[in-house]
Amino acid sequence: MVLQEQSLPLGGVAPDRTGKYRTDHLLVAEMIAAGSKVLDVGCGDGELLQLLESRGIDGRGIELSREGVNRCVARGLAVVQGDADTDLVNYPDDAFDYVILSQTLQATRQPRVVLENLLRIGRRAIVSFPNFGFWKMRLQLLVGGHMPRTEHLPATWYDTPNIHFCTIKDFVQLCDEINVKMERAVALDLYGRPVPLNLPWWVWNMFGEQGVFLLSRGGAGK
Amino acid sequence: MTNLQSVSSPSIHSEDRAHEADHPTSTVAKFGVEQPLKLDCGIDLAPFQIAYQTYGELNADRSNAILICHALTLDQHVANVHPLTGKAGWWEIMVGPGRPLDTEKYFIICSNVIGGCMGSTGPASTNPATGKAWGLDFPLITIPDMVRAQAMLLDRLGIETLLCVIGGSMGGMQVLQWTAAYPERVFSALPVACSTRHSAQNIAFHELGRQAVMADPDWHHGRYFERNTHPHRGLAVARMAGHITYLSDAALHRKFGRRMQDRELPTFSFDADFQVESYLRYQGSSFVERFDANSYLYLTRAMDYFDIAADHNGVLAQAFRGIKTRFCVVSFTSDWLFPTSESRALVHALNASSARVSFAEIETDRGHDAFLLDVPEFFDIARAFLESAGKARGLDKAGG
Repeated sequence: MVLQEQSLPLGGVAPDRTGKYRTDHLLVAEMIAAGSKVLDVGCGDGELLQLLESRGIDGRGIELSREGVNRCVARGLAVVQGDADTDLVNYPDDAFDYVILSQTLQATRQPRVVLENLLRIGRRAIVSFPNFGFWKMRLQLLVGGHMPRTEHLPATWYDTPNIHFCTIKDFVQLCDEINVKMERAVALDLYGRPVPLNLPWWVWNMFGEQGVFLLSRGGAGK
Repeated sequence: MTNLQSVSSPSIHSEDRAHEADHPTSTVAKFGVEQPLKLDCGIDLAPFQIAYQTYGELNADRSNAILICHALTLDQHVANVHPLTGKAGWWEIMVGPGRPLDTEKYFIICSNVIGGCMGSTGPASTNPATGKAWGLDFPLITIPDMVRAQAMLLDRLGIETLLCVIGGSMGGMQVLQWTAAYPERVFSALPVACSTRHSAQNIAFHELGRQAVMADPDWHHGRYFERNTHPHRGLAVARMAGHITYLSDAALHRKFGRRMQDRELPTFSFDADFQVESYLRYQGSSFVERFDANSYLYLTRAMDYFDIAADHNGVLAQAFRGIKTRFCVVSFTSDWLFPTSESRALVHALNASSARVSFAEIETDRGHDAFLLDVPEFFDIARAFLESAGKARGLDKAGG
C-alpha cells in the first residue's frame, strides 16, 4: 500500500485524499478491537476517528485548534477543544480502552507527563511520532549543518510547533524509565510501509521515518 | 426620567397580551387539578396549561421528536408569524424544510415556559381562585419546574424519548436540566451559549432589570393590570440593559460606532443623539409590546436560581454520572454573558462522566445573541450533530 503523498497532520493540514486512509491510521485501527472506547488526543480534522467509527469503535477526540474541532464536530464526531498538556487531567482513571496520541507527542510541553496521563485514563495507549533518528534527519544535520527539515516536517526551527523531537531509541528509553510496557512496536518507512520486523533496533531507528507503539501499563513496582 | 420619554407607549394593547396569556394562538395542553405541576417551592400548581407549537410530523415509532427550549424573552413561536408582533418566528433561520432542524425529517416541538406570558400558565394568566391575573400571587418557578412541565407535555403527546433537546441561553439551561433530570428521555442534547449555573454578574444584571420594573410607578406591586396600566418604561429599561449584555463591544462598535441619529451635531439635550441610543430605545419599546413585566421578573429569577451542581452535592459531574446522552456544547467567542469558560467547565464535567461530548467554540464578534443569528458554522455543526444522532438512533431506517 504505497501512497503517493504520505503527509502527516502537522500544522493542522489534512492530507487531501478521498476514499483512502493513511497507512499509519490503518495500522492504528488494526491495533484496536471493535467495540472499544477510544480517545484520540490531537485528532486533527478527525480522519482517524472517522475510520475508527466506521469500524464500530466508540471514538472521542481532543484537538487544540478551533478550526480542527469545528470540522470534526461538523462531521458528527465527538470532539472537544483541548490541550494534551493541560486537559488530560480532567479525565478519570480507566475512562478509555485506548488513548491515541498520533504525531502529537513531539508538540507537547511535557511528553513524559502526557504519556503517563495517557496510560492513566486509558488501559492502553497508541503513540506515533516522527523519528528524529531517521537517516535523512541525521544526514541533514551532519552534512548540511542545519536543523533537519523534511517533506513531512517542513517547518523551520523558529516556527515549528514541534518542540520535543525524539528518536525511536529515545522513546523506548523513556518507556523503560516510567515502567511502560511495549506490546507492539512498528517503524514505518518514508512511504508508510512497516520496516521488516526481524531487523535490529538500530535499523528501525535509522530507517523508520516514524514509530508507532502500542503501550500498556507496566507491572507492579511502578 | 425625561430621557426615557421617547420610549414610545405600546401600540399593542394590554388586553391583547392578557388574552394571549389565557387563550393563546397556539395549541394548548390543559392539566386539571388531578395532574398538578409539583414546583420546587413546594406548591402544587393546578390547574395549569402549556401552549406549544409543533412543526413537521412525528414518525411511526415516535423517534424523531426534537424539543426546542426557548430563551428568556422568546416564546414558542419558533417558525411561524408571531401573533402579537406579526414578525417572523425567532428561529426560522434554523427551523424549516432543509434547515438544520429539518421539518421534513424531524418533529419539532416548542412550548412556552411555565411562568411565561404567551399562553402557558404564568403571572399574566388568570388565577382561577380570584378570576383576576395571578400577578405576584403566582408561585416562584425554577428551570427544573419548566422542564417538569415540558416532560408532562411530552407524556401527553405520547413521546417517551426525544431525539434531541436544543436551546440557547435560558433554553440551554433547560436542555442541561433535561439531561440531569431525565437522562433516559434525552437521546442527544445541544446546549448553546449557556451555563450550568447563573453567574454573580448575570444575577446582578437581572436584579438591575427587576429593579427598573419595580421602580416604575405603573408597576403597582405587580397589580398593574387592575389599574389598566403596564410598567412599560421600567420594563423597557430592563430590556435595554439586558440587550447590551446580549451584544458585544465590537458588535456595537461595528453596527453604530459613535454615529449620530438623523443629525450632524449633538443637540445638547438628552434626546437620542447617538444611533446606539435610538436603537436601544427601539429595542425597549418593541419588547414591552409583547412581554409581560411580571413574567420578566419570574423568568429572570428562575435563571438566577439555576445551579445544577448545587442540586448534586456541589459536584457537577455527579449530575451526569453514567449518562448515555450524546452532547454537543456550543459557545461563542464574544459572548460575555455566558462565556466559553462556562461551557468548558460543563465539558470537563461531562468528560469526567465519560459522556459522549462534542464541544465547539465559534468565532464571532456578535456576542451572546449569535445563537439567534446567521452563523453558518453553527448551523453546520447543529446539522451534522443531529444527523449523527439520528443515524445512531436508526432514524434513517425508521422512515421518518
